[in-house]
Amino acid sequence: MNTAAHPEEWLVEVEGLKKWFPVQQGLLNRLLAAGKQEYVHAVDGVSFKIRRGEVFGLAGESGSGKSTTGRLVVRMETPTEGTVRFAGQDITTLQGDALRRLRSRMQIIYQDPMASLNPRMTLGEAIGYGLKIHAPDLPAAERHQRVVDMLEKVGLAPAQYFYTKFPHQISGGQRQRAVIARALVTNPDLILADEPIAMADVSVRALLLDLMNQLKREFNLTYLFITHDLATAKYICDRLGIMYLGKLVEVGELRELYAHPLHPYTQALLAAVPVPDPRRRRKQAMPAGEIPNPIHPPSGCRFHPRCPWATERCAQEEPAMRELRPGHPVACHYAERSLEG
Amino acid sequence: MNTTTQKELLIQVRDFSLTYKTRLGPLSAVDHVSFDLYKGEIVGLVGESGCGKSTLGKALLRMMPPQAVASGEILFRGENILTFDERRIRDFRGRCVSMIFQDPMTSLNPVQRVDEHLIEAIQVHEPRTPVETALERARALIGRLGIQERRLKDYPHQLSGGMRQRVMIALGLVLNADLIVADEATTSLDVIVEAKLLDQFRELRDEFGITILLITHNIALVAEIADRIAVMYAGQMVEIGPVTEVFAEPRHPYTRGLLASVPTVSLDERQELFKMGGEPPNLTHPPAGCRFHPRCPQAMPICAQREPRLSPVAPDHLVHCWLYPSPDSEVPA
Repeated sequence: MNTAAHPEEWLVEVEGLKKWFPVQQGLLNRLLAAGKQEYVHAVDGVSFKIRRGEVFGLAGESGSGKSTTGRLVVRMETPTEGTVRFAGQDITTLQGDALRRLRSRMQIIYQDPMASLNPRMTLGEAIGYGLKIHAPDLPAAERHQRVVDMLEKVGLAPAQYFYTKFPHQISGGQRQRAVIARALVTNPDLILADEPIAMADVSVRALLLDLMNQLKREFNLTYLFITHDLATAKYICDRLGIMYLGKLVEVGELRELYAHPLHPYTQALLAAVPVPDPRRRRKQAMPAGEIPNPIHPPSGCRFHPRCPWATERCAQEEPAMRELRPGHPVACHYAERSLEG
Repeated sequence: MNTTTQKELLIQVRDFSLTYKTRLGPLSAVDHVSFDLYKGEIVGLVGESGCGKSTLGKALLRMMPPQAVASGEILFRGENILTFDERRIRDFRGRCVSMIFQDPMTSLNPVQRVDEHLIEAIQVHEPRTPVETALERARALIGRLGIQERRLKDYPHQLSGGMRQRVMIALGLVLNADLIVADEATTSLDVIVEAKLLDQFRELRDEFGITILLITHNIALVAEIADRIAVMYAGQMVEIGPVTEVFAEPRHPYTRGLLASVPTVSLDERQELFKMGGEPPNLTHPPAGCRFHPRCPQAMPICAQREPRLSPVAPDHLVHCWLYPSPDSEVPA
């Protein structure tokens, strides 16, 4: 791989990324409001970079745009505006063959393994399918061997046994392992993991997180890890970006972010996570309301209608990202307050 | 929380078992479970998928599929609900015990407004209530739950997820039920909305003295809100006790493993999660004896042979494990 061109080793560079989805309107509305197309501002100006070999997390509530951002990075969606660079190459408008070739280098793991696996394919077929597409010249025997190796790597041993199993014949945790194996078999650089363990039971979660960490080291992978669960993020992410209504509000190293959350939204998110200790129950009040409609997002800072610190300025002026602590930018006019402790 | 002396018994589950008849043979979903629920307490019922917690929760309303075989007793204020006739059970549901499910969108009628839901619930049970009176009760209730009055005229799709779940709570409360069974009621919500709903549960308990059985896979949630925790594994209740005690000193090896695998956001705590080996058993062929023994790090020969009894290790703290044999049970050889 050509890394020399990129001494900084940024695998992914996202700049000013936007994705607006047109709102479907009924016939009557279309006639009445002719030409006034409305948009869902799913992602609305997001910039970040992911280092090679790191786990970069995107966290936020549903509707924050974290999944759409992930899909834009791996080009499952085409951005409305902004650029995505992958290993130094601008892939924003890549199409056809060039895009397909890129796909083998970025793979996806979704939340629901049952929905990700074809029920009529054995695990062996499902995992080998990516190789058939991306390495068509590989002899069948060698392909079989690579699938078997991969099954063993993800802990589905004996591999020959699992090779011929169908998804409904194995447990949920094993299914997610198969999905991970399928993602890794094309030897990708980047894995987009969109809530990969949200459906698993606690005891299985720990095992899957462990597996993902171990495979990351072994295959020198980079993860874009999307989650709504800050507690889970702690066990895998190196850096984390917090999203709210299509905007990135804060980015930082995980420990730095959890120890010194600067944005009031991040603080609320962290405080809302239940603590498994009955002696330390949450006392602080939660922000009012729920995440607003992304068709008409609030003016200024999008969090201002729910923010305990909000002033007139917040409703008018959108806060820019400011690096208030080293490597820890935040988008809030009053984030200095968090520094005072 | 009530002290021991003032506790008023609401529900007594006695040696309750439930078996589903499936194509693959009988599936033992709940196996000889006994526990009590007291008035005004919040009990968290936890366990992994398939452990029988939802089956048990539904059984408290006698909601079970026709092909299920139940044995044992479920006493509500001393009366066995398993013997109620159809009319009696219909009145019992909603008025005595009501249930809130995970997904409000599939529980609410998409073509009924919020007020219609509430009025219908009242009039089904109290047919002579005039619409105005029912509406008045609905207004008071949703105001109490922090929903604006104008929302009464909204359809479910016009409400946010948190608001829909509060409408479900209102439906559970509108007949003044004594016990609310909340089955993963906050699971589909975002953390901030979930935290607010939990606050609301606690307020409702404090204000109306209702009892809440919170069924969840999220153990941290139970620590946050419950007075007592009950842990189920493969259809058996393996441990039950006050939250402070169980979290401080879990006795059953399964509870210990479960608690050690809960992720937290606090930075001072362990950076590694405990990884429990194995997977829950297939309940058409459950392991003999203690159902956890094939995965148990402390399994002894007796564990595979005989089922332990749920026996006290401390006041109000019961454990279903041969490591803590009760004085009256035979000591393992």
